[in-house]
Amino acid sequence: MFSEELEQISWEQTSEAILAKTEYDVMRALGKEYCDVDDFMALISPAAAPFLEPMARLSKKYTEERFGKTISLFIPLYLTNSCTNSCVYCGFHVSNPMKRTILTFEEMENEYKAIKKLGPFENLLLVTGENPAKAGVDYIAKALDIAKPYFSNLKIEVMPLKAEEYKALTEHGLNGVICFQETYHKANYNIYHPRGMKADFEWRVNGFDRMGQAGVHSIGMGVLIGLEKEWRTDLTMLAYHLRYLQKHYWRTKYSVNFPRMCPSENGGFQPNVVMTDKELAQLTFAMRIFDHDVDISFSTREPAYIRDNMAGLGVTTMSAGSKTDPGGYYSYPQQLEQFHVTDERAAADVEAALRKMGVEPVWKDWDASFDLIGK
Amino acid sequence: MKKLIIAGREFESRLFLGTGKFKSNEVMEQSILASGTEMVTVAMKRIELDDQEDDMLKHIVHPNIQLLPNTSGVRDAEEAVFAAQMAREAFGTNWLKLEIHPDPRYLLPDSVETLKATEQLAKMGFVVLPYCQADPTLCKHLEEAGAATVMPLGAPIGTNKGLQTRDFLRIIIEQATIPVVVDAGIGAPSHAAEAMEMGADACLVNTAIAVAGNPVEMAVAFKEAVVAGRRAYEAGLGAVSNNFEAEASSPLTSFLN
Repeated sequence: MFSEELEQISWEQTSEAILAKTEYDVMRALGKEYCDVDDFMALISPAAAPFLEPMARLSKKYTEERFGKTISLFIPLYLTNSCTNSCVYCGFHVSNPMKRTILTFEEMENEYKAIKKLGPFENLLLVTGENPAKAGVDYIAKALDIAKPYFSNLKIEVMPLKAEEYKALTEHGLNGVICFQETYHKANYNIYHPRGMKADFEWRVNGFDRMGQAGVHSIGMGVLIGLEKEWRTDLTMLAYHLRYLQKHYWRTKYSVNFPRMCPSENGGFQPNVVMTDKELAQLTFAMRIFDHDVDISFSTREPAYIRDNMAGLGVTTMSAGSKTDPGGYYSYPQQLEQFHVTDERAAADVEAALRKMGVEPVWKDWDASFDLIGK
Repeated sequence: MKKLIIAGREFESRLFLGTGKFKSNEVMEQSILASGTEMVTVAMKRIELDDQEDDMLKHIVHPNIQLLPNTSGVRDAEEAVFAAQMAREAFGTNWLKLEIHPDPRYLLPDSVETLKATEQLAKMGFVVLPYCQADPTLCKHLEEAGAATVMPLGAPIGTNKGLQTRDFLRIIIEQATIPVVVDAGIGAPSHAAEAMEMGADACLVNTAIAVAGNPVEMAVAFKEAVVAGRRAYEAGLGAVSNNFEAEASSPLTSFLN
């Protein structure tokens, strides 16, 4: 399990090592065709900031080699904002006195139909809070069953599950799982997630092993930028985690996310650190140079001009036209969002902008008939 | 230098030697000792299994050396399992270099049969080191089947052509959770050093030493090359400045200014 490996890596020493990286370390990493985590540390370090342009070129080259000039598009659907956790930065925090919604099966289907009218979406991400009693595995299974006729690729972003539960959901058409560790800093993780099931750091960080053991085809990982001041260290831990998972669960495809929290988000919680656009670009290029094949996903938290310009330079997947409130596409268009969407453009406008940048938006790259093979 | 660990046993030397093709058993023994190797493979077909005083074996057995019987000569998994049991009996070790090459011309390993045999032999308690194609997917399957290492080839056996499979070896090394030993095709110390610089855990050399003008000197050269390559890998290689292009007139990152 990864928690055992993580314990062997010192956060403090990693932070020091990143800050000690020199121009020479950056040049060495840029000269390698295949980088290790140590090279990644150099590429995200302050020493690499002056290398933004050569990093962009290299990142573009690798991205085109592996993905061509394409961006895969998906849309999230929040099934519920009901949550027993108390993540201090989240709009769905258990103590937030807000109306809680758990979409009925009829409402879900209405949402699916409404999404299909927004664009030719085939990649759907189903999102829930953590409320296993009211929106547990059976509920998610049913949501997948109802979604399957409408979408060819179904992913979930829900609480960490048991391996057998992931396995059971693949029988209902599950194609992938996204789960953000949020932060790999264990002590601070416990401060951000004081109560509820999410307070168990190990259960969450080892959830990726359970996904791998269950044979989940696609695993999405993520660090929330704004929690840890030392975001470079957090991303380095993610890089170690990615390498570990690739070695152990080599049949799985991986994606990485590092969304930036906005300063004004949710009124209450103010991010501990603000990552600049240049730092985000540097991190994205570094990730691509570190791993030529990993899917790098940008959500609608990022502003339109960043998303448009980064398409083709390293980013390979984007959400579009997202609503982050349950039933936001049809049933309850005015509910409180989980986080504020910065890029509010309609899916069709995102598509047009990508085409203008010379990038082909890909709506479908899976077919549900593949899920039936071997069953 | 970090120690190599295979199936719980530690090795100081990362050079494995094969014992075929030497002009005499005496030269073979001197080469083995000069190379500092702690793992020597021997074809059980070469040994008089009933004879405790077999001449070749006498020159191989040393206290610091792990004997690694190989199944060279078998043509499928069934024969390999049979040969493995005989080898365990004859050599008193459950370590086994699994070699299945039904083709007598290029002696290329049969991936299908090798995977099948690895699975069975691992279940029977053998420490299986399979000689295999430089096929990253196959290597992951072998790992899952219980192999103690994978031994992908650098080039067709005996050709001395070096790391013709280097792009695939790189992926195998990157993905492996067990040691990767580059076997076959290593014809010069520089080839062995390159494999070690890439992060291979060990190299197996036979022909290049056995047929060298001076096999004993060549054994020393390989010993030093493997050490040099491993040290370089652990030390971290310096910068290669081939990825830098001249500044473009329209930079990709101007939108950030």
